[in-house]
Amino acid sequence: MKSVRPGLPEFDYIRAETIEQVSELLKNGKPSRLLMGGTDVFVQMRDGAFSPAILVDVKHLPGMQSIQKTGNKGLRIGAAVDLNTLAGHPEVVKSFPLLAEAAQSVASYQLRSRATMGGNLCNASPAADTAPAALVLEAILVAQGSNGERRIPAHDFFTGPGQNALQDGEILTSIEIPPPPKGPVGRYLKLGRNAEGDLAIVGVAVLGYADKTSESGFRFRMALSSVAPTPIRVPTAEDILESRTIGDETISAAAQAARKTAKPIDDVRASAGYRSAMVEVHARRALHAVWTALGREA
Amino acid sequence: MATHKISLTVNGVLEQAEVPSNMVLLTLLRERLGLTGAKNGCAAGECGACTVIMDGEPVNSCLVLAVEADGSEIVTVEGLSSESGLDPLQEAMIEVSGTQCGFCTPGVLISARAFLDRTPSPSEDEIKEALRGNLCRCTGYVRIVESVKIAAKGG
Ligand SMILES: Cc1cc2nc3c(=O)[nH]c(=O)nc-3n(C[C@H](O)[C@H](O)[C@H](O)COP(=O)(O)OP(=O)(O)OC[C@H]3O[C@@H](n4cnc5c(N)ncnc54)[C@H](O)[C@@H]3O)c2cc1C
Ligand code: FES
Ligand code: FES
Repeated sequence: MKSVRPGLPEFDYIRAETIEQVSELLKNGKPSRLLMGGTDVFVQMRDGAFSPAILVDVKHLPGMQSIQKTGNKGLRIGAAVDLNTLAGHPEVVKSFPLLAEAAQSVASYQLRSRATMGGNLCNASPAADTAPAALVLEAILVAQGSNGERRIPAHDFFTGPGQNALQDGEILTSIEIPPPPKGPVGRYLKLGRNAEGDLAIVGVAVLGYADKTSESGFRFRMALSSVAPTPIRVPTAEDILESRTIGDETISAAAQAARKTAKPIDDVRASAGYRSAMVEVHARRALHAVWTALGREA
Repeated sequence: MATHKISLTVNGVLEQAEVPSNMVLLTLLRERLGLTGAKNGCAAGECGACTVIMDGEPVNSCLVLAVEADGSEIVTVEGLSSESGLDPLQEAMIEVSGTQCGFCTPGVLISARAFLDRTPSPSEDEIKEALRGNLCRCTGYVRIVESVKIAAKGG
Protein backbone atom coordinates (compact mmCIF):
# COMPACT_ATOMS: atom_id res chain seq x y z
CA MET A 1 0.00 0.00 0.00
CA LYS A 2 1.32 3.41 -0.96
CA SER A 3 1.36 5.70 2.05
CA VAL A 4 1.75 9.00 0.21
CA ARG A 5 0.37 9.72 -3.24
CA PRO A 6 2.82 11.55 -5.49
CA GLY A 7 1.92 14.85 -7.14
CA LEU A 8 0.54 14.91 -10.65
CA PRO A 9 2.99 14.14 -13.45
CA GLU A 10 3.78 16.97 -15.89
CA PHE A 11 1.33 17.88 -18.65
CA ASP A 12 0.09 20.95 -20.50
CA TYR A 13 -3.40 22.02 -19.54
CA ILE A 14 -5.52 23.48 -22.34
CA ARG A 15 -9.00 24.86 -21.84
CA ALA A 16 -10.91 24.19 -25.06
CA GLU A 17 -13.49 26.73 -26.22
CA THR A 18 -14.73 25.02 -29.41
CA ILE A 19 -15.22 21.47 -30.68
CA GLU A 20 -12.99 22.26 -33.69
CA GLN A 21 -10.18 23.19 -31.32
CA VAL A 22 -10.55 19.83 -29.55
CA SER A 23 -10.45 17.93 -32.85
CA GLU A 24 -7.26 19.79 -33.84
CA LEU A 25 -5.62 19.08 -30.48
CA LEU A 26 -6.52 15.40 -30.61
CA LYS A 27 -5.18 15.13 -34.17
CA ASN A 28 -1.74 16.55 -33.44
CA GLY A 29 -0.46 13.15 -32.34
CA LYS A 30 0.61 14.03 -28.79
CA PRO A 31 -0.78 11.69 -26.13
CA SER A 32 -3.77 13.56 -24.80
CA ARG A 33 -6.59 13.05 -22.41
CA LEU A 34 -9.97 14.72 -22.08
CA LEU A 35 -10.81 16.37 -18.76
CA MET A 36 -14.12 17.28 -17.16
CA GLY A 37 -14.41 17.08 -13.35
CA GLY A 38 -11.08 15.26 -13.07
CA THR A 39 -12.25 13.04 -10.22
CA ASP A 40 -11.25 9.95 -12.20
CA VAL A 41 -8.50 11.52 -14.33
CA PHE A 42 -6.44 13.02 -11.49
CA VAL A 43 -6.72 10.02 -9.21
CA GLN A 44 -5.72 7.68 -12.04
CA MET A 45 -2.81 9.94 -13.03
CA ARG A 46 -1.52 10.08 -9.47
CA ASP A 47 -1.70 6.30 -9.37
CA GLY A 48 0.41 6.18 -12.54
CA ALA A 49 -2.27 4.76 -14.84
CA PHE A 50 -1.40 7.22 -17.63
CA SER A 51 0.61 10.36 -18.21
CA PRO A 52 -0.72 12.45 -21.10
CA ALA A 53 1.31 15.28 -22.69
CA ILE A 54 -1.80 17.41 -22.84
CA LEU A 55 -4.96 17.54 -20.82
CA VAL A 56 -7.83 19.06 -22.80
CA ASP A 57 -10.49 20.59 -20.56
CA VAL A 58 -13.77 20.18 -22.44
CA LYS A 59 -16.26 21.16 -19.73
CA HIS A 60 -16.51 24.77 -20.94
CA LEU A 61 -17.51 23.91 -24.51
CA PRO A 62 -20.86 25.47 -25.43
CA GLY A 63 -23.85 23.57 -24.01
CA MET A 64 -21.78 21.12 -21.96
CA GLN A 65 -23.15 22.32 -18.61
CA SER A 66 -26.81 22.85 -19.43
CA ILE A 67 -29.92 20.73 -19.00
CA GLN A 68 -32.70 21.30 -21.52
CA LYS A 69 -36.10 19.79 -22.16
CA THR A 70 -36.46 18.14 -25.55
CA GLY A 71 -39.79 17.55 -27.33
CA ASN A 72 -42.21 15.20 -25.52
CA LYS A 73 -40.71 15.66 -22.06
CA GLY A 74 -37.33 14.15 -22.76
CA LEU A 75 -34.15 15.78 -21.47
CA ARG A 76 -30.82 16.71 -22.99
CA ILE A 77 -28.15 16.68 -20.30
CA GLY A 78 -24.83 18.34 -21.13
CA ALA A 79 -22.01 15.83 -20.58
CA ALA A 80 -20.29 18.17 -18.10
CA VAL A 81 -23.30 18.77 -15.84
CA ASP A 82 -22.07 18.03 -12.33
CA LEU A 83 -23.79 15.37 -10.27
CA ASN A 84 -25.16 17.75 -7.60
CA THR A 85 -26.79 19.88 -10.26
CA LEU A 86 -28.17 16.75 -11.91
CA ALA A 87 -29.51 15.32 -8.63
CA GLY A 88 -31.20 18.62 -7.73
CA HIS A 89 -32.54 19.69 -11.11
CA PRO A 90 -36.35 20.07 -10.95
CA GLU A 91 -36.97 18.33 -14.30
CA VAL A 92 -34.73 15.41 -13.38
CA VAL A 93 -36.34 15.06 -9.96
CA LYS A 94 -39.83 15.25 -11.48
CA SER A 95 -39.52 13.05 -14.56
CA PHE A 96 -36.48 10.88 -13.88
CA PRO A 97 -36.13 10.52 -10.08
CA LEU A 98 -34.20 7.29 -10.64
CA LEU A 99 -31.42 9.29 -12.28
CA ALA A 100 -31.41 11.83 -9.44
CA GLU A 101 -31.16 8.98 -6.93
CA ALA A 102 -28.26 7.39 -8.84
CA ALA A 103 -26.37 10.69 -9.11
CA GLN A 104 -26.90 11.40 -5.42
CA SER A 105 -25.46 8.00 -4.48
CA VAL A 106 -21.99 8.89 -5.81
CA ALA A 107 -19.26 9.61 -3.25
CA SER A 108 -19.76 12.84 -1.29
CA TYR A 109 -21.30 16.28 -1.84
CA GLN A 110 -17.93 17.94 -2.46
CA LEU A 111 -16.86 15.24 -4.93
CA ARG A 112 -20.18 15.54 -6.76
CA SER A 113 -19.76 19.27 -7.19
CA ARG A 114 -16.94 18.45 -9.64
CA ALA A 115 -17.83 14.93 -10.89
CA THR A 116 -19.94 14.88 -14.06
CA MET A 117 -22.39 12.40 -15.55
CA GLY A 118 -20.47 12.36 -18.83
CA GLY A 119 -17.22 11.61 -17.02
CA ASN A 120 -18.91 8.85 -15.05
CA LEU A 121 -20.15 7.18 -18.24
CA CYS A 122 -16.93 7.74 -20.26
CA ASN A 123 -14.78 6.34 -17.47
CA ALA A 124 -16.87 3.19 -18.04
CA SER A 125 -16.20 1.61 -14.69
CA PRO A 126 -18.37 -1.48 -14.12
CA ALA A 127 -19.33 0.35 -10.90
CA ALA A 128 -20.40 3.64 -12.53
CA ASP A 129 -23.53 4.63 -10.62
CA THR A 130 -25.23 6.62 -13.38
CA ALA A 131 -24.77 3.77 -15.88
CA PRO A 132 -27.65 1.49 -14.74
CA ALA A 133 -29.95 4.52 -14.80
CA ALA A 134 -28.75 5.40 -18.32
CA LEU A 135 -29.41 1.80 -19.37
CA VAL A 136 -32.96 1.51 -18.03
CA LEU A 137 -33.88 5.00 -19.22
CA GLU A 138 -32.51 3.96 -22.63
CA ALA A 139 -30.40 7.10 -22.87
CA ILE A 140 -28.67 8.12 -26.09
CA LEU A 141 -25.07 9.26 -25.76
CA VAL A 142 -24.30 12.01 -28.25
CA ALA A 143 -20.71 12.23 -29.46
CA GLN A 144 -19.00 14.81 -31.67
CA GLY A 145 -16.00 14.03 -33.81
CA SER A 146 -14.38 15.45 -36.91
CA ASN A 147 -16.98 13.51 -38.93
CA GLY A 148 -19.87 15.17 -37.13
CA GLU A 149 -22.33 13.82 -34.61
CA ARG A 150 -22.86 10.19 -33.65
CA ARG A 151 -25.71 8.93 -31.45
CA ILE A 152 -24.86 5.88 -29.39
CA PRO A 153 -27.53 4.00 -27.42
CA ALA A 154 -26.42 3.43 -23.81
CA HIS A 155 -26.55 -0.36 -24.29
CA ASP A 156 -23.87 -0.11 -27.02
CA PHE A 157 -21.66 2.33 -25.13
CA PHE A 158 -19.92 0.17 -22.53
CA THR A 159 -17.54 -2.22 -24.24
CA GLY A 160 -15.36 -3.47 -21.37
CA PRO A 161 -13.94 -2.39 -18.00
CA GLY A 162 -12.80 1.20 -18.60
CA GLN A 163 -13.65 0.88 -22.32
CA ASN A 164 -16.32 2.77 -24.22
CA ALA A 165 -17.54 2.92 -27.80
CA LEU A 166 -16.09 6.39 -28.55
CA GLN A 167 -13.58 6.45 -31.38
CA ASP A 168 -10.32 8.38 -31.41
CA GLY A 169 -11.09 12.06 -31.69
CA GLU A 170 -14.70 11.70 -30.55
CA ILE A 171 -15.95 13.42 -27.44
CA LEU A 172 -19.17 12.91 -25.54
CA THR A 173 -21.17 16.15 -25.59
CA SER A 174 -24.57 15.24 -24.16
CA ILE A 175 -26.79 12.51 -22.84
CA GLU A 176 -30.34 12.44 -24.16
CA ILE A 177 -33.01 10.87 -22.03
CA PRO A 178 -36.01 9.95 -24.16
CA PRO A 179 -39.50 10.79 -22.86
CA PRO A 180 -40.41 8.47 -19.99
CA PRO A 181 -43.14 5.85 -20.45
CA LYS A 182 -46.43 6.77 -18.76
CA GLY A 183 -46.49 6.56 -14.94
CA PRO A 184 -43.07 5.01 -14.48
CA VAL A 185 -41.57 4.17 -11.10
CA GLY A 186 -37.82 3.83 -10.78
CA ARG A 187 -35.46 2.84 -7.97
CA TYR A 188 -31.68 2.59 -7.70
CA LEU A 189 -30.42 0.44 -4.85
CA LYS A 190 -26.72 0.57 -4.12
CA LEU A 191 -24.82 -1.61 -1.71
CA GLY A 192 -21.43 -0.23 -0.65
CA ARG A 193 -19.03 -1.33 2.06
CA ASN A 194 -20.18 1.55 4.23
CA ALA A 195 -22.41 4.58 4.14
CA GLU A 196 -19.51 6.83 3.13
CA GLY A 197 -20.26 6.92 -0.56
CA ASP A 198 -18.10 3.98 -1.45
CA LEU A 199 -18.13 2.47 -4.93
CA ALA A 200 -20.93 -0.05 -5.33
CA ILE A 201 -20.47 -3.73 -4.50
CA VAL A 202 -23.76 -4.18 -6.29
CA GLY A 203 -26.05 -1.59 -7.87
CA VAL A 204 -29.55 -2.36 -9.17
CA ALA A 205 -31.72 0.00 -11.18
CA VAL A 206 -35.34 -0.91 -11.88
CA LEU A 207 -37.94 0.96 -13.89
CA GLY A 208 -41.52 -0.34 -14.01
CA TYR A 209 -44.75 0.89 -15.58
CA ALA A 210 -48.20 -0.36 -16.48
CA ASP A 211 -48.65 -1.45 -20.09
CA LYS A 212 -51.77 -3.29 -21.29
CA THR A 213 -49.93 -4.78 -24.25
CA SER A 214 -47.74 -6.96 -22.05
CA GLU A 215 -49.02 -10.29 -20.69
CA SER A 216 -48.51 -9.29 -17.06
CA GLY A 217 -49.93 -5.84 -17.68
CA PHE A 218 -46.56 -4.28 -16.83
CA ARG A 219 -43.16 -3.69 -18.31
CA PHE A 220 -39.95 -3.65 -16.35
CA ARG A 221 -36.40 -2.68 -17.16
CA MET A 222 -33.55 -3.76 -14.93
CA ALA A 223 -29.83 -2.96 -15.02
CA LEU A 224 -26.92 -3.88 -12.75
CA SER A 225 -23.58 -2.30 -11.90
CA SER A 226 -20.42 -3.81 -10.40
CA VAL A 227 -21.27 -7.42 -11.18
CA ALA A 228 -19.99 -7.84 -14.75
CA PRO A 229 -17.20 -6.39 -16.94
CA THR A 230 -19.62 -3.57 -17.86
CA PRO A 231 -22.91 -2.26 -16.49
CA ILE A 232 -25.60 -4.55 -17.95
CA ARG A 233 -29.33 -4.86 -18.65
CA VAL A 234 -31.06 -8.05 -17.50
CA PRO A 235 -33.46 -9.09 -20.30
CA THR A 236 -34.17 -12.51 -18.72
CA ALA A 237 -35.56 -10.87 -15.57
CA GLU A 238 -37.52 -8.35 -17.64
CA ASP A 239 -39.11 -11.18 -19.68
CA ILE A 240 -40.23 -13.01 -16.54
CA LEU A 241 -41.87 -9.87 -15.20
CA GLU A 242 -43.68 -9.22 -18.44
CA SER A 243 -44.95 -12.76 -19.01
CA ARG A 244 -46.09 -13.96 -15.57
CA THR A 245 -48.64 -12.65 -13.09
CA ILE A 246 -46.63 -10.47 -10.76
CA GLY A 247 -46.39 -11.39 -7.10
CA ASP A 248 -43.80 -12.64 -4.63
CA GLU A 249 -42.98 -15.70 -6.72
CA THR A 250 -42.46 -13.86 -9.98
CA ILE A 251 -40.37 -11.20 -8.27
CA SER A 252 -38.18 -13.91 -6.69
CA ALA A 253 -37.80 -15.66 -10.05
CA ALA A 254 -36.76 -12.39 -11.69
CA ALA A 255 -34.24 -11.72 -8.92
CA GLN A 256 -32.78 -15.20 -9.44
CA ALA A 257 -32.52 -14.47 -13.15
CA ALA A 258 -30.54 -11.33 -12.29
CA ARG A 259 -28.18 -13.43 -10.20
CA LYS A 260 -27.67 -15.84 -13.09
CA THR A 261 -26.96 -13.01 -15.53
CA ALA A 262 -24.36 -11.41 -13.24
CA LYS A 263 -20.73 -12.42 -13.78
CA PRO A 264 -19.10 -10.90 -10.71
CA ILE A 265 -15.44 -11.03 -9.76
CA ASP A 266 -13.52 -11.00 -6.48
CA ASP A 267 -11.92 -7.67 -5.67
CA VAL A 268 -10.95 -5.56 -2.66
CA ARG A 269 -14.54 -4.60 -2.05
CA ALA A 270 -16.23 -8.01 -2.08
CA SER A 271 -15.94 -11.63 -3.17
CA ALA A 272 -17.71 -12.92 -6.26
CA GLY A 273 -19.88 -15.20 -4.11
CA TYR A 274 -21.05 -12.37 -1.88
CA ARG A 275 -21.77 -10.18 -4.90
CA SER A 276 -23.82 -12.96 -6.49
CA ALA A 277 -25.93 -13.37 -3.37
CA MET A 278 -26.35 -9.62 -3.04
CA VAL A 279 -27.48 -9.20 -6.66
CA GLU A 280 -30.43 -11.45 -5.90
CA VAL A 281 -31.26 -9.74 -2.60
CA HIS A 282 -31.02 -6.23 -4.01
CA ALA A 283 -32.83 -7.08 -7.23
CA ARG A 284 -35.68 -8.48 -5.13
CA ARG A 285 -35.76 -5.43 -2.87
CA ALA A 286 -35.67 -3.01 -5.80
CA LEU A 287 -38.49 -4.90 -7.54
CA HIS A 288 -40.61 -4.96 -4.39
CA ALA A 289 -40.04 -1.24 -3.90
CA VAL A 290 -41.08 -0.47 -7.47
CA TRP A 291 -44.04 -2.84 -7.32
CA THR A 292 -45.29 -1.24 -4.09
CA ALA A 293 -44.79 2.25 -5.49
CA LEU A 294 -46.88 1.24 -8.52
CA GLY A 295 -49.65 0.79 -5.96
CA ARG A 296 -49.60 -3.01 -5.96
CA GLU A 297 -49.14 -5.61 -3.31
CA ALA A 298 -46.87 -8.57 -3.71
CA MET B 1 5.37 22.27 -19.01
CA ALA B 2 3.01 25.16 -19.63
CA THR B 3 2.46 27.77 -16.96
CA HIS B 4 -0.59 29.96 -16.57
CA LYS B 5 -1.16 33.41 -15.15
CA ILE B 6 -4.24 33.22 -13.00
CA SER B 7 -6.11 35.52 -10.68
CA LEU B 8 -8.63 34.46 -8.11
CA THR B 9 -10.23 35.81 -4.96
CA VAL B 10 -9.25 33.97 -1.80
CA ASN B 11 -11.12 34.89 1.37
CA GLY B 12 -12.02 38.21 -0.20
CA VAL B 13 -8.48 39.09 -1.32
CA LEU B 14 -7.58 39.22 -5.02
CA GLU B 15 -4.54 36.99 -5.60
CA GLN B 16 -2.46 36.60 -8.75
CA ALA B 17 -0.11 33.73 -9.45
CA GLU B 18 1.75 31.99 -12.21
CA VAL B 19 1.16 28.27 -11.85
CA PRO B 20 2.35 25.16 -13.70
CA SER B 21 -0.40 23.06 -15.34
CA ASN B 22 -0.04 20.24 -12.84
CA MET B 23 -0.35 22.31 -9.64
CA VAL B 24 -3.54 21.58 -7.71
CA LEU B 25 -5.51 24.27 -5.92
CA LEU B 26 -4.58 22.75 -2.54
CA THR B 27 -0.87 23.26 -3.26
CA LEU B 28 -1.45 26.82 -4.44
CA LEU B 29 -3.31 27.64 -1.23
CA ARG B 30 -0.88 25.94 1.14
CA GLU B 31 2.51 26.49 -0.46
CA ARG B 32 2.12 29.75 -2.39
CA LEU B 33 -0.46 31.62 -0.35
CA GLY B 34 0.50 30.24 3.05
CA LEU B 35 -3.05 29.16 3.86
CA THR B 36 -2.33 25.87 5.60
CA GLY B 37 -5.81 25.30 7.01
CA ALA B 38 -6.86 22.95 4.20
CA LYS B 39 -4.92 19.70 4.61
CA ASN B 40 -3.58 17.03 2.30
CA GLY B 41 -4.98 13.82 3.74
CA CYS B 42 -5.25 11.49 0.77
CA ALA B 43 -4.81 13.47 -2.47
CA ALA B 44 -7.59 11.33 -3.92
CA GLY B 45 -10.96 12.86 -3.08
CA GLU B 46 -11.66 10.46 -0.24
CA CYS B 47 -11.02 12.23 3.08
CA GLY B 48 -12.30 15.78 2.62
CA ALA B 49 -9.46 17.36 4.63
CA CYS B 50 -8.70 19.59 1.63
CA THR B 51 -12.28 20.86 1.22
CA VAL B 52 -12.62 24.55 0.28
CA ILE B 53 -15.53 26.53 -1.12
CA MET B 54 -15.18 27.40 -4.80
CA ASP B 55 -17.80 29.76 -6.25
CA GLY B 56 -20.19 28.82 -3.45
CA GLU B 57 -19.78 25.05 -3.64
CA PRO B 58 -17.48 22.86 -1.53
CA VAL B 59 -14.85 21.00 -3.59
CA ASN B 60 -11.93 18.68 -2.88
CA SER B 61 -9.05 21.08 -3.62
CA CYS B 62 -6.70 18.11 -4.15
CA LEU B 63 -8.69 17.30 -7.31
CA VAL B 64 -8.97 20.79 -8.80
CA LEU B 65 -6.11 22.30 -10.79
CA ALA B 66 -4.99 25.76 -9.71
CA VAL B 67 -5.48 26.86 -13.33
CA GLU B 68 -9.06 25.58 -13.24
CA ALA B 69 -9.68 27.96 -10.33
CA ASP B 70 -8.72 30.97 -12.46
CA GLY B 71 -11.35 33.68 -11.98
CA SER B 72 -13.07 31.90 -9.11
CA GLU B 73 -13.90 32.87 -5.56
CA ILE B 74 -12.38 30.63 -2.92
CA VAL B 75 -13.17 30.47 0.78
CA THR B 76 -10.89 28.49 3.08
CA VAL B 77 -11.19 27.90 6.81
CA GLU B 78 -9.05 31.00 7.35
CA GLY B 79 -11.88 33.00 5.77
CA LEU B 80 -14.63 31.78 8.10
CA SER B 81 -13.83 34.10 10.98
CA SER B 82 -13.87 37.88 10.71
CA GLU B 83 -13.05 40.98 12.75
CA SER B 84 -16.27 40.42 14.65
CA GLY B 85 -15.30 36.92 15.75
CA LEU B 86 -15.48 33.26 14.90
CA ASP B 87 -18.12 31.62 12.72
CA PRO B 88 -20.96 30.16 14.83
CA LEU B 89 -19.80 26.73 13.66
CA GLN B 90 -16.35 27.35 15.08
CA GLU B 91 -17.88 28.55 18.37
CA ALA B 92 -20.02 25.42 18.51
CA MET B 93 -17.02 23.17 17.77
CA ILE B 94 -15.19 24.69 20.72
CA GLU B 95 -18.25 24.47 22.97
CA VAL B 96 -18.74 20.71 22.50
CA SER B 97 -15.07 19.80 21.89
CA GLY B 98 -15.87 18.75 18.35
CA THR B 99 -12.21 18.68 17.47
CA GLN B 100 -9.54 16.26 18.71
CA CYS B 101 -6.27 16.14 16.71
CA GLY B 102 -7.84 18.78 14.45
CA PHE B 103 -6.64 17.43 11.12
CA CYS B 104 -10.12 16.99 9.66
CA THR B 105 -11.55 20.13 11.29
CA PRO B 106 -10.90 22.74 8.56
CA GLY B 107 -12.52 20.50 5.95
CA VAL B 108 -15.43 19.69 8.25
CA LEU B 109 -16.01 23.37 9.00
CA ILE B 110 -15.99 24.28 5.32
CA SER B 111 -18.33 21.45 4.31
CA ALA B 112 -20.65 22.31 7.18
CA ARG B 113 -20.62 26.05 6.40
CA ALA B 114 -21.55 25.44 2.75
CA PHE B 115 -24.18 22.96 3.91
CA LEU B 116 -25.83 25.33 6.41
CA ASP B 117 -25.85 28.06 3.79
CA ARG B 118 -27.95 25.85 1.51
CA THR B 119 -29.88 24.04 4.30
CA PRO B 120 -30.41 26.39 7.27
CA SER B 121 -32.54 24.00 9.39
CA PRO B 122 -31.24 20.52 8.71
CA SER B 123 -32.22 17.17 10.19
CA GLU B 124 -29.57 14.94 11.74
CA ASP B 125 -29.65 12.65 8.70
CA GLU B 126 -29.11 15.60 6.39
CA ILE B 127 -26.11 16.70 8.45
CA LYS B 128 -24.58 13.22 8.25
CA GLU B 129 -25.24 13.02 4.53
CA ALA B 130 -23.62 16.42 3.96
CA LEU B 131 -20.51 15.41 5.92
CA ARG B 132 -20.23 12.00 4.24
CA GLY B 133 -17.08 13.19 2.44
CA ASN B 134 -15.25 14.33 5.58
CA LEU B 135 -13.50 11.53 7.41
CA CYS B 136 -12.36 11.98 11.01
CA ARG B 137 -9.69 9.47 12.00
CA CYS B 138 -10.20 10.41 15.64
CA THR B 139 -13.80 9.35 14.95
CA GLY B 140 -15.33 12.26 16.83
CA TYR B 141 -18.41 12.23 14.65
CA VAL B 142 -21.01 12.57 17.40
CA ARG B 143 -19.63 15.89 18.55
CA ILE B 144 -19.06 17.10 15.00
CA VAL B 145 -22.73 16.49 14.22
CA GLU B 146 -23.65 18.08 17.55
CA SER B 147 -21.75 21.26 16.72
CA VAL B 148 -23.48 21.58 13.34
CA LYS B 149 -26.84 21.23 15.11
CA ILE B 150 -25.93 23.95 17.60
CA ALA B 151 -24.72 26.30 14.86
CA ALA B 152 -27.90 25.69 12.87
CA LYS B 153 -29.98 26.71 15.88
CA GLY B 154 -28.03 29.97 15.94
CA GLY B 155 -25.38 29.02 18.50
C1 LIG C 1 -13.24 9.36 -3.64
C2 LIG C 1 -14.01 8.97 -4.89
C3 LIG C 1 -15.23 8.33 -4.76
C4 LIG C 1 -15.94 7.97 -5.90
N1 LIG C 1 -17.14 7.36 -5.74
C5 LIG C 1 -17.85 7.01 -6.83
C6 LIG C 1 -19.12 6.37 -6.67
O1 LIG C 1 -19.62 6.18 -5.56
N2 LIG C 1 -19.79 6.01 -7.80
C7 LIG C 1 -19.30 6.24 -9.04
O2 LIG C 1 -19.95 5.89 -10.02
N3 LIG C 1 -18.09 6.84 -9.22
C8 LIG C 1 -17.37 7.22 -8.15
N4 LIG C 1 -16.14 7.83 -8.31
C9 LIG C 1 -15.60 8.01 -9.67
C10 LIG C 1 -15.80 9.41 -10.32
O3 LIG C 1 -15.97 10.40 -9.35
C11 LIG C 1 -16.99 9.42 -11.27
O4 LIG C 1 -16.81 8.45 -12.26
C12 LIG C 1 -17.20 10.81 -11.92
O5 LIG C 1 -18.53 10.94 -12.34
C13 LIG C 1 -16.27 11.09 -13.08
O6 LIG C 1 -16.61 12.34 -13.67
P1 LIG C 1 -15.50 13.46 -13.93
O7 LIG C 1 -16.21 14.60 -14.55
O8 LIG C 1 -14.73 13.73 -12.73
O9 LIG C 1 -14.62 12.71 -15.03
P2 LIG C 1 -13.11 12.93 -15.46
O10 LIG C 1 -12.20 12.39 -14.44
O11 LIG C 1 -12.88 14.33 -15.91
O12 LIG C 1 -13.10 11.97 -16.76
C14 LIG C 1 -13.40 10.59 -16.65
C15 LIG C 1 -12.98 9.86 -17.92
O13 LIG C 1 -13.73 10.27 -19.05
C16 LIG C 1 -12.86 10.83 -20.05
N5 LIG C 1 -13.61 11.97 -20.56
C17 LIG C 1 -13.85 13.14 -19.88
N6 LIG C 1 -14.64 13.93 -20.62
C18 LIG C 1 -14.90 13.28 -21.78
C19 LIG C 1 -15.70 13.58 -22.93
N7 LIG C 1 -16.39 14.73 -23.04
N8 LIG C 1 -15.75 12.67 -23.92
C20 LIG C 1 -15.06 11.50 -23.82
N9 LIG C 1 -14.32 11.15 -22.76
C21 LIG C 1 -14.25 12.02 -21.74
C22 LIG C 1 -11.60 11.19 -19.33
O14 LIG C 1 -10.48 11.22 -20.20
C23 LIG C 1 -11.53 10.08 -18.31
O15 LIG C 1 -11.04 8.90 -18.88
C24 LIG C 1 -15.41 8.23 -7.19
C25 LIG C 1 -14.18 8.89 -7.31
C26 LIG C 1 -13.48 9.26 -6.18
C27 LIG C 1 -12.16 9.98 -6.33
S1 FES D 1 -6.81 15.39 0.48
FE1 FES D 1 -8.40 15.92 -0.85
S2 FES D 1 -9.93 14.54 -0.26
FE2 FES D 1 -8.25 13.84 0.92
S1 FES E 1 -10.19 15.37 14.95
FE1 FES E 1 -8.59 14.07 14.38
S2 FES E 1 -9.17 13.52 12.37
FE2 FES E 1 -10.90 14.48 13.10
